Amino acid sequence: MSLDPATVRRIAHLARIHIGEDEIPRLQTELNGILGWVEQLAEIDVTDIPPLTGAAQMALRTREDVVSDGGIVEKILANAPERADDYFVVPKVVE
Amino acid sequence: MILTDLTLAQAREGLRAKKFSARALTEAHLAAIEKLNPRLNAFITVTPELALAQADAADRAYAEGEAGALTGLPLAIKDLFCTEGVRTTAASRILGNFIPPYESTVTAKLKDAGAVFLGKTNLDEFAMGSSNMTSAFGAVENPWKRRGDDTPLVPGGSSGGSAAVVAARLALGATGTDTGGSIRQPASFCGITGIKPTYGRCSRYGIIAFASSLDQAGPMARTVEDCAILLGAMAGFDPKDSTSAERAVPDFAAACRRGVKGLRIGVPKEYAVPGMPDEIAALWQRGRDWLRAAGAELVEISLPHTRYALATYYIVAPAECSSNLARYDGVRFGRREDGADLIEMYERTRAAGFGDEVKRRIMIGTYVLSAGYYDAYYLRAQKVRSLILGDFTNAFAGCDAILTPTAPSAAFAQGEKMDDPITMYLNDVFTVPASLAGLPAISLPAGCDRAGLPLGLQVIGKPFDEETVFAVAAEIEAAAGFSASPTLRAGSGA
Amino acid sequence: MSGYTLAGKTGPWELVIGLEVHAQVISRAKLFSGAATVFGAAPNSQVSFVDAAFPGMLPVINRECVAQAVRTGLGLNAAINLESRFDRKNYFYADLPAGYQISQYQHPIVGRGVIEIELADGTTREIGITRLHLEQDAGKSLHDQHPTKTYIDLNRAGVALMEIVSEPDLRSPEEAGAYLRKLRTILRYLGTCDGNMDEGSMRADVNVSVRKAGEDFRTRCEVKNVNSVRFVMQAIEAEARRQIAVWEEGGVVEQETRLFEPARGITRSMRSKEDAHDYRYFPDPDLLPLVLERDWVEVLRAGLPELPDAKKRRFMHDYGLPAYDAGVLVAEQASADYYEALARGRDGKFAANWVIGDLFAALNRTGRSIETSPVSPAALGELLDLITDGTINGRIAKDVFEEMVESGEAPGAIVARKNLRQVTDSGAIEQAVAGVLAANADKVAEYKSGKEKLFGFFVGQVMKAMAGKGNPALVNEVLRRALS
Repeated sequence: MSLDPATVRRIAHLARIHIGEDEIPRLQTELNGILGWVEQLAEIDVTDIPPLTGAAQMALRTREDVVSDGGIVEKILANAPERADDYFVVPKVVE
Repeated sequence: MILTDLTLAQAREGLRAKKFSARALTEAHLAAIEKLNPRLNAFITVTPELALAQADAADRAYAEGEAGALTGLPLAIKDLFCTEGVRTTAASRILGNFIPPYESTVTAKLKDAGAVFLGKTNLDEFAMGSSNMTSAFGAVENPWKRRGDDTPLVPGGSSGGSAAVVAARLALGATGTDTGGSIRQPASFCGITGIKPTYGRCSRYGIIAFASSLDQAGPMARTVEDCAILLGAMAGFDPKDSTSAERAVPDFAAACRRGVKGLRIGVPKEYAVPGMPDEIAALWQRGRDWLRAAGAELVEISLPHTRYALATYYIVAPAECSSNLARYDGVRFGRREDGADLIEMYERTRAAGFGDEVKRRIMIGTYVLSAGYYDAYYLRAQKVRSLILGDFTNAFAGCDAILTPTAPSAAFAQGEKMDDPITMYLNDVFTVPASLAGLPAISLPAGCDRAGLPLGLQVIGKPFDEETVFAVAAEIEAAAGFSASPTLRAGSGA
Repeated sequence: MSGYTLAGKTGPWELVIGLEVHAQVISRAKLFSGAATVFGAAPNSQVSFVDAAFPGMLPVINRECVAQAVRTGLGLNAAINLESRFDRKNYFYADLPAGYQISQYQHPIVGRGVIEIELADGTTREIGITRLHLEQDAGKSLHDQHPTKTYIDLNRAGVALMEIVSEPDLRSPEEAGAYLRKLRTILRYLGTCDGNMDEGSMRADVNVSVRKAGEDFRTRCEVKNVNSVRFVMQAIEAEARRQIAVWEEGGVVEQETRLFEPARGITRSMRSKEDAHDYRYFPDPDLLPLVLERDWVEVLRAGLPELPDAKKRRFMHDYGLPAYDAGVLVAEQASADYYEALARGRDGKFAANWVIGDLFAALNRTGRSIETSPVSPAALGELLDLITDGTINGRIAKDVFEEMVESGEAPGAIVARKNLRQVTDSGAIEQAVAGVLAANADKVAEYKSGKEKLFGFFVGQVMKAMAGKGNPALVNEVLRRALS
């Protein structure tokens, strides 16, 4: 399973990480190396084996429907890189 | 008495017996930090005023007879735990000057127990690494040196800063996190003790998430008993964490005194990997001999899927991290790079904010989860994970704990193993299986190699049976009599 | 089968429609956090650190949201999956703080169900429900506050949504409208969603494709986030026409996501938020499988209110109402409750006419809802009793009703005060009739020579002379005698 430059670009875009054209060869090599290495799992027979999701295997605990949080606008916005009154501000999406 | 040479248990005794004040104890550690941290770079943030205020409060508590389990004991906190009002970075540029408006559950519990926080320790960025070389705040130097050689060595990772701090006696103990070995491997490289408890034993609330199904907080200290004391304060059910186990916290410190008579210790044959350094193989043998002499029975066991554990880990952990790190986008906190539109802002912020290893893992994770590849990679890896857990479950039918080496080498030099990511990943070969299975596992120093560098042994236990793990580890510790100490440490005059 | 088609150049085309409805769950707190869910709060005032996806934050599920989803599943006659799972749906957008939405992908909490819809011509159809799952709502992006920047309010981020997916069983805009209205009614009855499309607590994504009769399904497109029943129906027609034109010009409809523009009556392609909708679903490792006890589900089932279909059947049976009347009355639980309070001990059809006719008209006119009706069931009942016992006639009753709406005064008091009692005294009636006939001799002659329609005129005149209070039956009788 080999990644070509177009795939590397696509993954980077899905992950919203800008990569320069000059970075692509190195990334291609590194990622292909790692993927080639993890491919070894393909040799195992996993027929009828259920996937493990979380080692704790308990059932989900639920909580009561009470308002116990919120009302902390200043704390929520305290670390905002940009704000306007009580809103977060970001550049517009170009539609 | 050199206050920084005390164990945590001894320091607590001293405070209770009023041999010295909490303030004196904290001041001694702050002085050591001031002297050594510029070289070691083990702390990202030091909080002297906060520490002294807490120390003074501790002295008042002792005076009023209201001291708790950890009152006045100076600890270091891995900079992956959100600490309210204190900058938290995850050793990444992307968090900028993030100051959490909330406290993690584990550090809140330590605070409630009266501990003093000296500062936030360095780590591999977002806990991804085995050398602490990926930190945006620079590498950490291992306080240990090869005999007659000044080459800076790595402390291991990702909890490299915490390990170095404890080894250099800059704190009595530290918190770490362990996802694939990030407490145990640096503990081994730095000649200290560290335990990753059972998944669900400690709350993950407020710990910056790397791989949610694997991350666990744990203590790092210079003795098994110290770790047991710390874990007792850190552990416990937390309703804010849906993966937190509803289990009472046993008396871990008492378990250290149980002995190992009648216990069956499993030795997995698959861990005898080809190319294992002879010193490590010899240490593993000595470990078996000590336990046998103490009354334990040694049993050869098989964990057939061991050799697939690393590959499994390097599919599951990147997949989860690619999703967990999506929130670092410059919108609500942390650093932001400008962009002409939202997408450009995201892409530039994340490119500038994340280091190379983090980017690699995010991209691997994104790929293995993407359309068409989920079944072949992630789903398959989670199935292999079931098989790995199955191996342990089967083995534990015939033994009570498992003994292995912690790491395939002693600490290596800074800059080594950086050419190929996989070479770095191989550091985790002995620690990753217990992580995938969610089992408690401890590393403690059991000997040194020819160059005088510490080597660790690992004990793996049944789910929620940290007590047996502590019992076996305490026995090894007593038998090993490990007394070496690093070149760079407080009070050494170095 | 409605047999609805749209005419293209090459002949008639059938429509295939499926609806995905996002319904905000009624609960005090959000799905995975303890922040409040109240609509219209000050920006970012109902946001917890979990909702804002701060580092280290973790989800804990709200039991009541789970219960609401189960209640809804039961109300849709659907299978409840005792074991379900939460998955992360990964994509980047400023109003999605974590960069993923916690949803349910492969193992939803509710499976297949069915609801019955009624069409204008009285026919009914069964529409399949494919599934219902729980998921988080996103925050709100305000694009109009600044020319180059978007403002983000996370109050809505993390509110529980039920995504209800229909089978592609709908075949016309009318059916889609009927489905939406029926679904909304069921949700309101259950108290699991208020169905308020203009506040955004219920939104629809519409999947539309077209085909020639007898064909399999062709490619469909999705029209996202349509927020009124009327727009859904318009969007379906607009999109279907667009697709027909594409096919007929020899082109191929591409699967894509579109938006409806009500002002222009067309759909347009959404410049996609991301080039490929690769959501990289995987089970959320912060959550464990959701396991429900069968007993718990049965307790919820036992606690459900009587649902509209059952209530409608009961109204038809117990009150002798035709299907149409019963259907109108049960469309809102409040109307049904009002009606039952009124109809108790009275003639069912009579009561229904007054509610559906006079009451609803008055509520419309005064901009009130049945919950805020100025006339209570008890007061209206008093009025109906005055008619039934002959105290007033139907015509006068309508005037009294208008005054009750206006002033809130009791009907008996109005009748007494304005002296509106019906006149049944034959002498008075005969006198009025004689007077009217005398004043209209020419029309009497016309009537007697065959112009029978003038009878109505005479009735009107007599009533006018009697200030409307004449007993209509007696007036008729006396007039007939006088004119014979």
